[in-house]
Amino acid sequence: MRWGVVTFPGSLDDRDVLYALREVMGQDAVSLWHKDERLYGAECVVLPGGFSYGDYLRCGALARFAPIMNSVARLAAEGGVVLGICNGFQVLCEARLLPGALTRNRSLSFICERVTLRVENASTPLTRLLSPGELIRLPIKHGEGLYVAPEQELRRIEERGQVLLRYVDADGGLSAQANPNGSMNAIAAVANESFNVFGLMPHPEHAVEACLGGTHGLKLFGSLLQGA
Amino acid sequence: MLVEVFVTPKRGVLDPQGRAIEQSLKSLGFRQARGVRVGKYILLEIEAGSAAEARRTAQAMCERLLANTVIEDYRLRVEGE
Repeated sequence: MRWGVVTFPGSLDDRDVLYALREVMGQDAVSLWHKDERLYGAECVVLPGGFSYGDYLRCGALARFAPIMNSVARLAAEGGVVLGICNGFQVLCEARLLPGALTRNRSLSFICERVTLRVENASTPLTRLLSPGELIRLPIKHGEGLYVAPEQELRRIEERGQVLLRYVDADGGLSAQANPNGSMNAIAAVANESFNVFGLMPHPEHAVEACLGGTHGLKLFGSLLQGA
Repeated sequence: MLVEVFVTPKRGVLDPQGRAIEQSLKSLGFRQARGVRVGKYILLEIEAGSAAEARRTAQAMCERLLANTVIEDYRLRVEGE
């Protein structure tokens, strides 16, 4: 399977995703420029973290209209896999490829720390190497990661199992303290209705080697690979 | 035609900035402050033959880009209306 990693002006983690895929996982990954109109054969596209277009207006609001996004939307409509990490998650919400939106952290502060996440649905292409209830550790680094969705929509995505990861404490329990940004229902990752578009605030690409403090990110990338 | 766009968080959507400001106002003694919401003010000119046309165009701009209607409401003020 060929991966594509999009670089918008202001993307930061595109190179880290490419490093994780190419160097650590030995994958064929192509770098895509925001002005590209084609995906160059990529079957799985990653929208990385960063501050695309300076986060002007709203995070992800301008990136969603980049030329590459037409091809990304087409890939998603055809059932191809699209993964948005952090700013990429914000872009996918703005593009309405994922439900809900991401807004300013409850604390109003930028947060950079390692968090514990509980796997809520392990039967999706992004989580199939994990087990339901399993706890994983990944870093987060964002100022606008508070997940919001209108009440009805929230109920629907919960019922359909579209919530993939939740922020929890070390024992796997939910608490206000363990929810770093104040996300509704402590949501850290969601999927679309057809489970081929995924968004998460934590950074799997920063957790792919033991020397970086953990390798749980490999389980997410590896899951996508297994389905291919 | 001059158009003013006011974008505010929808009722029910958590607005941590609004809440922090409200608390600050209260700690300054402005106990009357209620329901503080922080939004955006966007000023633009729209080429249009009439105020109604400018409003329609501005509405389309809001729906597509200027507001995220999942979490935000918008209100317009159009010159000449």
